[in-house]
Amino acid sequence: MSIRIAHVTRRFGAFTALDDVSLFVPSGQLLALLGPSGSGKTTLLRIIAGLETPDAGAVHVADLDVTNVAPREREVGFVFQHYALFRHMTVFENIAFGMRIRKTPSAEVEKRVRELLHLVRLEGLERRYPSQLSGGQRQRVALARALAVRPRLLLLDEPFGALDAKVRQELRQWLRHLHDEMHVTTVFVTHDQEEAFEVADHVVVMRGGRIEQSGSPQDVFDNPATPFVMDFLGQVNVFHGRLEAGQMHLGGIALDYPEYTHTESRNATAYVRPHELALERAPSQGTSLPVRVLHVNPAGAVTRVRVISEPFGVQLNVDLRPDDYSELRVQPGEQLFATPRRVRVFMQDDYVI
Amino acid sequence: MKPDAARRRPGVGSGRPTEPAWGRRLLISLALSVLIVLVVIPVASVFGYAFSKGWDHYWNTLLRDPDTRHAMWLTLVVAPTSVLLNVVFGIAAAWALTRFEFRGRTLLTTFLDLPFAVSPVVAGLMFVLLFGATGVFGPQLQSWGVTIIFSTPGLILATTFVTLPFVARELIPVMQAIGPEEELAAITLGANGWQMFRRITLPNIKWGLLYGVILCNARAMGEYGAVYVVSGHISGQTDTLPLRVEKLLQEFDTAGSFAVASVLTFLALVTLIVKSFLEARTARDLEEAPADDAGLPPDDIEAPAASSEPASTSAAAITAAGI
Repeated sequence: MSIRIAHVTRRFGAFTALDDVSLFVPSGQLLALLGPSGSGKTTLLRIIAGLETPDAGAVHVADLDVTNVAPREREVGFVFQHYALFRHMTVFENIAFGMRIRKTPSAEVEKRVRELLHLVRLEGLERRYPSQLSGGQRQRVALARALAVRPRLLLLDEPFGALDAKVRQELRQWLRHLHDEMHVTTVFVTHDQEEAFEVADHVVVMRGGRIEQSGSPQDVFDNPATPFVMDFLGQVNVFHGRLEAGQMHLGGIALDYPEYTHTESRNATAYVRPHELALERAPSQGTSLPVRVLHVNPAGAVTRVRVISEPFGVQLNVDLRPDDYSELRVQPGEQLFATPRRVRVFMQDDYVI
Repeated sequence: MKPDAARRRPGVGSGRPTEPAWGRRLLISLALSVLIVLVVIPVASVFGYAFSKGWDHYWNTLLRDPDTRHAMWLTLVVAPTSVLLNVVFGIAAAWALTRFEFRGRTLLTTFLDLPFAVSPVVAGLMFVLLFGATGVFGPQLQSWGVTIIFSTPGLILATTFVTLPFVARELIPVMQAIGPEEELAAITLGANGWQMFRRITLPNIKWGLLYGVILCNARAMGEYGAVYVVSGHISGQTDTLPLRVEKLLQEFDTAGSFAVASVLTFLALVTLIVKSFLEARTARDLEEAPADDAGLPPDDIEAPAASSEPASTSAAAITAAGI
């Protein structure tokens, strides 16, 4: 079922949690609402579920206006951040709850619960109580409980937030896999960009109650629409400089920036990701910054190098691929040259971070 | 092993200041003697006096005297009714205060404690002024044939007022600690308001609720001041057990008075035992992850929860859970 959110606004007293938000989620999509806390992503999710009422705007599910439909009639599966398992019920009864409410015959309940226990790989734990389960197991019970009534939409609030890194990794892949099998339209909220990119088909970046950017993970990462998105999606080096006649001037160096053709000079900020900076022993013509190596961390898929550009007085993070690192053999204290391979420039008048 | 053993010695390394042994002994004996003088001796003497004229006289006073029998019956009507009213009010108040933000929320919380602050005698007087024959609503009610003061409704009203905070006060922290999420989860799974309350909220608050009910019941059965004012002390009509104790004492039937008092004392002791059991359960419910829930029998979703109530609780408690 598709979801259409049209001009939804929600205020809590003087605080505007959602400010005229519109969004379309096609049927069968797995969409991530990504943003820092207070960006309105959870409020939006709760409005889709009917747990919050918008002050203005409408929510359509499969072309039906559900704005004033009670949550119990919306047929959504909602997984709460802390799972909200019924503590006085066994795993079995937790999963069966929605069917018991619908007065499903108990043979059918039994069959469906077994099916779901198999799906979430919790066979043999059905007599346990939530307090006797690990975080990852609770998460999967919550998911099975939400799926038991065959919801039209699956909504997850920070589904992996409370789990440790290893379990989180496993569950992400598992959720992706589960979605590929079930094709139920799914929206999940997260503040972890890695999680959003790994799991979702489509990423919506939110900030201050508005949608900052919406697109495929690749698209959002490669072409961030605003400095905020750039900054939010992973580490970034920031340079302040001037834009003039197709060139970006940063201290002593000038980089080509053909999108800006005016001769009038404007203040601008350049963003360079750590893997888009090259380290060299010899300077490139007019595009390299002299830097001194402060720290080298070769543990990991990339070697993280921290350098300082003394004329700028800024520290930069550089990620080197393993072969580049073995070729260069960087040592702390060395004088090198950093060349940006790719720069994204945002005019300062347009945006304020 | 040796340093470990040394560290475990009481007072050493536990972060508490240590008193000399004589100081500790002095404090303990002081506390004990106060307890013995103020609690143990009086309670024991109640039973002592009650049986001073022998076993037969004890049972005669309790069961043969029609006025005492009526007082017992009246207490068994008034206290459970008040408890029931309080359960309804308490759950409603706790629900409103923990699940909703609204104007006047703080005011309601403050008013909740008013019955504890007001002297019961004043409370009784208040009802006389409102509902008495010359009171504000009295004449009107009388013309409809409704008598409140000097009859059972007045007793129930006064008792309910005095015990009003017990259930709500007990439930508010429990409901706050549990939070609304399980209830919301039930709603998204298709439960209506009643199903949510019955299957999720009630099982989660049942120990706290029972604890409130027990305290409320104890106070309701023992209430004297407010009831004294509204009852008009009509033997065999408006005398509850505490009023009967006082009346028998006035009539120089010391043994009889103490016999009735012993019934109240016995009820108090039972309350204490049930209370300490429930206290442990409530504390456990308030914990985030009660690890020892394994011992609980699985809740059969179709069976009413009332069937699993402990048998030792009063009739009122069972009525309460059955709503």
